[in-house]
Amino acid sequence: MSSVLYDTPGPRARRRERIGSVIGGLALLALLGFGAWQLQKNGIFEAERWSIYFDPPKNQEAADVWNFLLVEGLGATLRAAAIAAPLALALGLILAVGRITPQRWISWPSIFVIEIFRGLPVVLMMLFGVLALNLSFLEAVVFGLVVYNMAIFAEILRAGIVSLPAGQAEAAYAVGLTRTQTLLSILLPQAVRRMLPSLVSQLVVLLKDSSLGFIIGYAELLRSVQNLRDFFGIRYVVPLFAVGAAIYIIINLTLSRLAVYLERRGSAKTAGGVAAAKEAVGGQVQGPDDRSTGA
Amino acid sequence: MDAIFSNLDLYWQGFRMTLWLTLASAATALVLGTILAAFRVSPVASLRWFGTVYVELVRNTPLTIVFFFFIFVAPQVGIRTPSFFVSAWVALSIYTAAFVCEAVRSGINSVGVGQAEAARAIGLTFTQTLQLIVLPQAFRTVVPPLINIFIALTKNTSVAGGFAVTELFAIGRRLANSNPADVIPVLIGIGVCYLILTIPSGILASWVERKVVFAR
Repeated sequence: MSSVLYDTPGPRARRRERIGSVIGGLALLALLGFGAWQLQKNGIFEAERWSIYFDPPKNQEAADVWNFLLVEGLGATLRAAAIAAPLALALGLILAVGRITPQRWISWPSIFVIEIFRGLPVVLMMLFGVLALNLSFLEAVVFGLVVYNMAIFAEILRAGIVSLPAGQAEAAYAVGLTRTQTLLSILLPQAVRRMLPSLVSQLVVLLKDSSLGFIIGYAELLRSVQNLRDFFGIRYVVPLFAVGAAIYIIINLTLSRLAVYLERRGSAKTAGGVAAAKEAVGGQVQGPDDRSTGA
Repeated sequence: MDAIFSNLDLYWQGFRMTLWLTLASAATALVLGTILAAFRVSPVASLRWFGTVYVELVRNTPLTIVFFFFIFVAPQVGIRTPSFFVSAWVALSIYTAAFVCEAVRSGINSVGVGQAEAARAIGLTFTQTLQLIVLPQAFRTVVPPLINIFIALTKNTSVAGGFAVTELFAIGRRLANSNPADVIPVLIGIGVCYLILTIPSGILASWVERKVVFAR
């Protein structure tokens, strides 16, 4: 494998690489072993601690524990994300169109809204929803997710429209389509398709951000973990946390894989290609998605 | 509005804490992320593998989970930090490092293979190639996304406010709860404090980006 940093290795370099790889692997294994030993020393692997999932203390049913985590906790997380995502997409589409219209009385407010909400922490907007708008916790979480992500979706869609070859719009005008027709039937469909990976990546961010509801008091997955900890006692926090974190990671990894798949499929099919789902760097079509910044 | 003006010192305290947390985490994440990026582009397979797993895992974990780990779970497994600030610092650094790693890595990969091949062809050593050819070009590509990552970090420090660090968000919540009549101005004031940090950085990022495009 040749890269910008080194040539395709010869037999000697390959041997060195293999030796280095084994040493590095051993160092990582040692680190992992130390971590496991540390866990063992603190009694994390005692079966009694994990009994919370099959034979919980305090005369509780294991099914209730799972129900509380998966149905109530995860359910609430997914509910917030499922309500917020389509709303944010729809509003983002309106803002994107607003931003590129030539009428200033439409475009300037759109720019203002996008720039303001892009620069504010989501959790602050959720708090604003609870305290200032008197929303319920679910509504406040949805509010925070929607106002932030609509700004990001708008920027992604705008980047997609801007990245299209100028000939697309010119040809549409030449055959006599109006501005609105051009936008709706020529530019937007291509932009959405081109930006699909970025849009899916942003959905991962939206789902991740729903966990901010924990801070303002929404009873989502992480809050379930904490409530179970409060009920059963601090010694069960590690098993509870392990499952809670695993659920988040599995869902997000699946969605991220989907984005990468869409990106591969898209760049093979469409001539212009699609924007990268992960690397928004390097001259290519750039989606301003948060996937690459960690917002 | 009184709630804002009579509490300007609290605002200032929160602002300083947010700024301090951002700068400390940014510096640490930059170092960690660069080391991880070096792992990910190195010829040593096991290090590459470690870098990939780290990035994939951290990028798909919500920041709130990372904080929850360091505040509530880590003490149970014998990892104790001296203060909530240190926990927040560690959590933000570990989280942001994954994104820094990806930015640096794609910066290095954005330099054309021909550049390095030409450098080797005229007899430059590995260090010279890296120092004179690859890194100066990679650096240009990396700076705008890095600024965007640090803007995201500034906003992410607000999560620390939910875990007992008294930065802007925590101050905002406290003031909003103690001044129920002035909730809206109090929170808008906090929002403005964040925008003071994020909007100029955003403008800086797009300015640098334009400069870099012309330089190519």
